Amino acid sequence: MAESRTLRVDALARVEGEGAMTVRVVGDRVETVHLDIFEPPRFFEGFLRGRSFLEPPDITARICGICPVAYQTSSCNAIEDALGLEVEEGVRDLRRLLYCGEWIQSHALHVHLLHAPDFLGYESAIHMAADHADVVQRGLNLKAVGNDLMEGVGGRAVHPVNVRVGGVYRAPSRADLEAFRDALERALEDAIATVAWVGTFDFPELHQEHPFVALHRPDRYAIEDGRLISSTGLDLAPHEWPEHFEERQVEHSTALHAVMDGEHRYLLGPQARYALNHDQLSDVAREAAYAAGLGRECRNPYQSIVVRAVETVEACHEALAILDRYEPPERPYREAEPREATGHGWSEAPRGLLYHRYDLEADGSIRSCTIVPPTSQNQASVEDDLRRFTEAHLHLPDDELQWRCEQAIRNYDPCISCATHFLNLTIERHG
Amino acid sequence: MVPARPKLAVWKFASCDGCQLTLLDCEAELLAIAQQIEIAYFLEASRATVAGPYDLSLVEGSITTPEDAERIQEIRAQSNTLVVIGACATAGGVQALRNFADVADFADAVYPHPEWLSTLPTSDPVSEHVFVDFELRGCPISKAQLIEVVTALLHGRAPTVPRHAVCIECKMRGTPCVMVTHGTPCLGPVTQAGCGAICPAWSRGCYGCYGPMEASAPAPLARRWREELSVAPLDVQRALRTFNAASAAFRTESERHG
Repeated sequence: MAESRTLRVDALARVEGEGAMTVRVVGDRVETVHLDIFEPPRFFEGFLRGRSFLEPPDITARICGICPVAYQTSSCNAIEDALGLEVEEGVRDLRRLLYCGEWIQSHALHVHLLHAPDFLGYESAIHMAADHADVVQRGLNLKAVGNDLMEGVGGRAVHPVNVRVGGVYRAPSRADLEAFRDALERALEDAIATVAWVGTFDFPELHQEHPFVALHRPDRYAIEDGRLISSTGLDLAPHEWPEHFEERQVEHSTALHAVMDGEHRYLLGPQARYALNHDQLSDVAREAAYAAGLGRECRNPYQSIVVRAVETVEACHEALAILDRYEPPERPYREAEPREATGHGWSEAPRGLLYHRYDLEADGSIRSCTIVPPTSQNQASVEDDLRRFTEAHLHLPDDELQWRCEQAIRNYDPCISCATHFLNLTIERHG
Repeated sequence: MVPARPKLAVWKFASCDGCQLTLLDCEAELLAIAQQIEIAYFLEASRATVAGPYDLSLVEGSITTPEDAERIQEIRAQSNTLVVIGACATAGGVQALRNFADVADFADAVYPHPEWLSTLPTSDPVSEHVFVDFELRGCPISKAQLIEVVTALLHGRAPTVPRHAVCIECKMRGTPCVMVTHGTPCLGPVTQAGCGAICPAWSRGCYGCYGPMEASAPAPLARRWREELSVAPLDVQRALRTFNAASAAFRTESERHG
């Protein structure tokens, strides 16, 4: 009888939240891969029923401390859609600037503290700092600029207070924003240096075929709104989402799996955005990408760290562009009478598309809502990567294979607070 | 021999990760902190873990499942000092809104197969399950207060965390009262300080994310909202039932409105 082996990691680290993963190997075949999600259910869509249409920006922010602006923006977009409320251009710029802050802090966190240690063989960024203090501190400085920008536009970095349906509570002046220029210019330089640094890493080989899905705008790199496009040819407005996407519950997981047009797998996030919106990138971001060895698209998930660094360049560049053009809105927010209506909205969280739908009663209370976070949508792609990577690398010793599998999960910057809770990685080998 | 550094552990229960992220948001201090203390268990930051016991445990999140009710007992047993951080851990968090309803209805609303879930009927603060040495309020917690608490406890002194109302912080930063000047409903008079009175500085009322202050008396405030500011009863109830909905003072008052 052939030897059988079981590898086990009790808890996957350096992700936001916790969950479980099982890879079962029989002979030279990976039989099953399950990303099991144990996030204790928090029932946001349950307790939002009966709440006021003005409350989702503050309440849904609490789904995720890493990407609260994504929740605030998608909920505002959806509720404003229901009410037929157009926000002023100055408000759009403020929301986009706040979102740039979130992209900068979230990407800098993931690139430096969560993902880079895998490539350089360290358990954590703190261990890595013993040998690479300057690089870690540069990453922390970059992250701090993102947080400072969120404080300057949103009032605080975790769960900003300045986003409301119809606009913002108070619009900063031009001078208020101008105060961030020097820091952003330094951050832009640091972000470019980060792209060059991560471009030198050794990337395990893995080629993905997942369809890409991202928001798109012809005039700029889509962040806070846009139409949904895909490499399979979709081009959708928010209200068309339910016709093409469906959520299914799977046993052993408290996150729902999403399915597109009957296709189980699709990929959201930096690689999808980079490929589908390549022409909208600024020159400085595109040049940094090419210098680091990327082409027009990136199909190796281990290189997502480079794409994330490129998007950090884009976010710094865009934040500076907003400082150049910003005119405070005439009024910080517009109000609308509540009405019985359904609204759909979305935006690009750092990890990918975040969709919200609200069904409102005539008095403005919420009859029902749907929130679909990016990590649960990417789950099938993570599992597929793990299956194919493991099959191609069965020759690796257990501890190395295990680490590479953890790294494959971290390629997605999974926000397990959005989707998952307790992530155990188990690799079982049989025969 | 180098004296052993104190061992720090960070634990997560039902939460958004924002409070433990606050530790990583100490960008200027993080590397210095890591030299003074051993980060022995902090999965969001490191795959290396060191077995307990731990000198200081920071616990984020509320207790919402039978498994977590057992896990917090084990963590308490391994921790010399246990500090709960954030509204989920100190008051049950926004997910404690389930405490006012039948959780089965919520599960039915979110999941096609609610029978596959394992969950408790309420979302509990950690102190309902184990003894807690210190509670740090906030949704999210304040970075400065977190650094103060960790520093103080590791030096064996009591942390200096003010227990007065958000109103005092508005006065200190010179923000005109939004309730007096604009008639904006504000929970500042009954909410514990610590955030820096951010919301009034951004032209909105405090929404109570640091929870009720000591001897908080929301009844007169709620009466004023209803009588002078014409706030509907249901909106008073909603305001008291957000991120600290299950804390006694807010819960009790919320039951009188709506």
